[in-house]
Amino acid sequence: MRNIPVKRVDLIFEKVTCKEIFLKTLELKPEEIIQSVIESGLKGRGGAGFPTGLKWQFAAREKSNEKYIVCNADEGEPGTFKDREILDEVPEKVFCGMAIASRAIGAKVGYIYLRGEYKFLVPKLEARLNEFHKLMKSVGHDFKILLRLGSGAYICGEESALFESIEGKRGEPRNKPPYPTKAGLFNKPTCINNVETLVYTVMIQKYGAAHFKDLGTKDSRGSKVFSVSGDTPKAGIYELELGMSVQEFVDVFGDGDTKTVQVGGAAGFCVPRKRFDETIIGFEGVPTGGSMKLFNSSRSMYNVLHNYLDFFTEESCGQCTPCRVGCQQLLKGIEAVKKGEKSSKYLDELVKLAATMKLAAKCGLGQSVGNAFSSIVENFKEEIIY
Amino acid sequence: MITITESVREKVGKHGKTRDALLPVLQDIVAEQNYLSDLAMVEVAKQLNISAADVFGTATFYSFLTPRPMGKYVIRVCKTISCSMKGKHEVLSTIEETLKIKLGETSADRKFSLLETNCIGWCHKAPAMLINDEPFTELTPKKVTEVLREYIKNR
Repeated sequence: MRNIPVKRVDLIFEKVTCKEIFLKTLELKPEEIIQSVIESGLKGRGGAGFPTGLKWQFAAREKSNEKYIVCNADEGEPGTFKDREILDEVPEKVFCGMAIASRAIGAKVGYIYLRGEYKFLVPKLEARLNEFHKLMKSVGHDFKILLRLGSGAYICGEESALFESIEGKRGEPRNKPPYPTKAGLFNKPTCINNVETLVYTVMIQKYGAAHFKDLGTKDSRGSKVFSVSGDTPKAGIYELELGMSVQEFVDVFGDGDTKTVQVGGAAGFCVPRKRFDETIIGFEGVPTGGSMKLFNSSRSMYNVLHNYLDFFTEESCGQCTPCRVGCQQLLKGIEAVKKGEKSSKYLDELVKLAATMKLAAKCGLGQSVGNAFSSIVENFKEEIIY
Repeated sequence: MITITESVREKVGKHGKTRDALLPVLQDIVAEQNYLSDLAMVEVAKQLNISAADVFGTATFYSFLTPRPMGKYVIRVCKTISCSMKGKHEVLSTIEETLKIKLGETSADRKFSLLETNCIGWCHKAPAMLINDEPFTELTPKKVTEVLREYIKNR
C-alpha cells in the first residue's frame, strides 16, 4: 500500500479564467468530455463516492429533450463546511462545472440547491450568476442556472429528497431505482453532483485527466477538501492529496492528545487511536465527504454519540420505520444503559438494531446511523456504560 | 397596510403558480413575517390551487418554515457536537440572561426568539449561531453580549 504523507494541493481554490476553460470544452464532443472525467478517476466528493464520469455517461445516454444538472449545496453533515467556502470563494468555478456537465449530458437548465443556513451567500451568488449567464450568452451555450434554497432539513442533502424539495414537496427520499440519471428532478434524467465535484471537473478540463489521476491512490484518485474541526489547533479548510493514513493526518492536525477521529461526520466512522496507522482516509479505508473531527482524551464519547443520535432522531424524515423508530430507540437505549436501567449487554442488542437499520432503512440517512453508532460503541464501550 | 392576499399574490407573481413555486413562496413569507400564519397558508393554497393541508404538511416538514409566531430576530444557536464542545452552553445561558427568555421562547416585545438548531456549517469557528440569515462565529459570552446589544439598539 502506497502511503502518502499529508500534502497540500491547490486546485479547488486556484483562481482560473472559466471562460477560457469552458471555450476549450466547447470544442470537445460530449463523449470526449465524459471520457476525460472517467479517465481522471474522479469520484463524488459529497461522501458516497460514485464515479462522476459514469454518472455523466448514464445521464448522457438517456434520450430526453429535458434533462437537468443539479448542484448539491445542501451541505448539512456535521463537521462539513467546505462547500460554503467554495461557493463563497470561487462560485464561478462551480457554475462552470455545471456548464461543462450540461454540455456533456445535454441539459439546458441547472439548479443549485443551497441549504437555508447559507442564505447569506445568496446576494453574492445571484450577482455572479448574472455574470455567468452573460458569459453563456456570449459563447453561445444555451444553459441557465436557477438557485433554490433549503429550509433547515438535513435529509434534503439526500439526492432524491433534494429533488422532492425543489419540486415543492416534503423532502422525503424516493425509492431507488429508478436512479436520478434515469428519472430524477421532475422525473427527467438528472445529473446531481456535489459542489466540490463540479469544481474538480473544471480543473480536469484545465490540466487534463492525467494530472488529477496522478494524485492519490488507485482507489482514491486526486485530492479532496477537508473540513477539520474539534480538538485541533488548526481547525479550518484544507485541500489535501488522498491516500494519507489517519496517523499522518493526526500528526499534522492533532493537539498531541488525539484519542479518536470521527471521519465523515455523524454519518461516518469513528477511528480510535489504535487504528490510526492502518486506516487510510479514502475509499479503500474510511470514506469521507470531508468532515474530520478530532477528539482528545478530555472528551466523553458518550456525549459525542448522544449528540449524534439526537441529531439523527431530529433529522430522520420519519418516512420509514427502521430509521424513525431505530434512531429513537438507539438514543433511549444508550441513555438507559448509562443510567443503569439496562445492563451493558443491552448495547449488543442496540448494535444489532443499528445493523438492521443499515439493511432496512430506505435511504442513506438511516443506513449510515449504524456507522457512527457501532464504531463508537465497539471502540469506547466503557465510556458508554460508565 | 397590505393584506395577506396581496402579499401572497406578489410572491406568487414572482415565483409562479406551479407546485415547485411553493417553497420559494413560503420562504419569502417567512422572510417577511417571521412565520407562516394559518391565514397565509390558506391563501397560498388558494392561489396555487392545492389543498391547505398539503401546504401545511409541506411547510411543517422544514424546520425553518415555522407555523409558530416568531420574533423579528430569530436566534438559532448551533447545538451539534463541535459547538457543543466549544462553549455553546455558556453562550446560550448568556443569551437567555441578556434577553430574559428561555430556549424556545419569544421575548414579550416580540423582538427575539431563541432556538437551537443542528449543524450550521461553522464547526471550525465554533460556537456559532444564526440571527435570521446572518452567521456569528467564535462566540464567547462577551462577544454574544455585544452582538445582542447592537440588535437591541436597532429597534
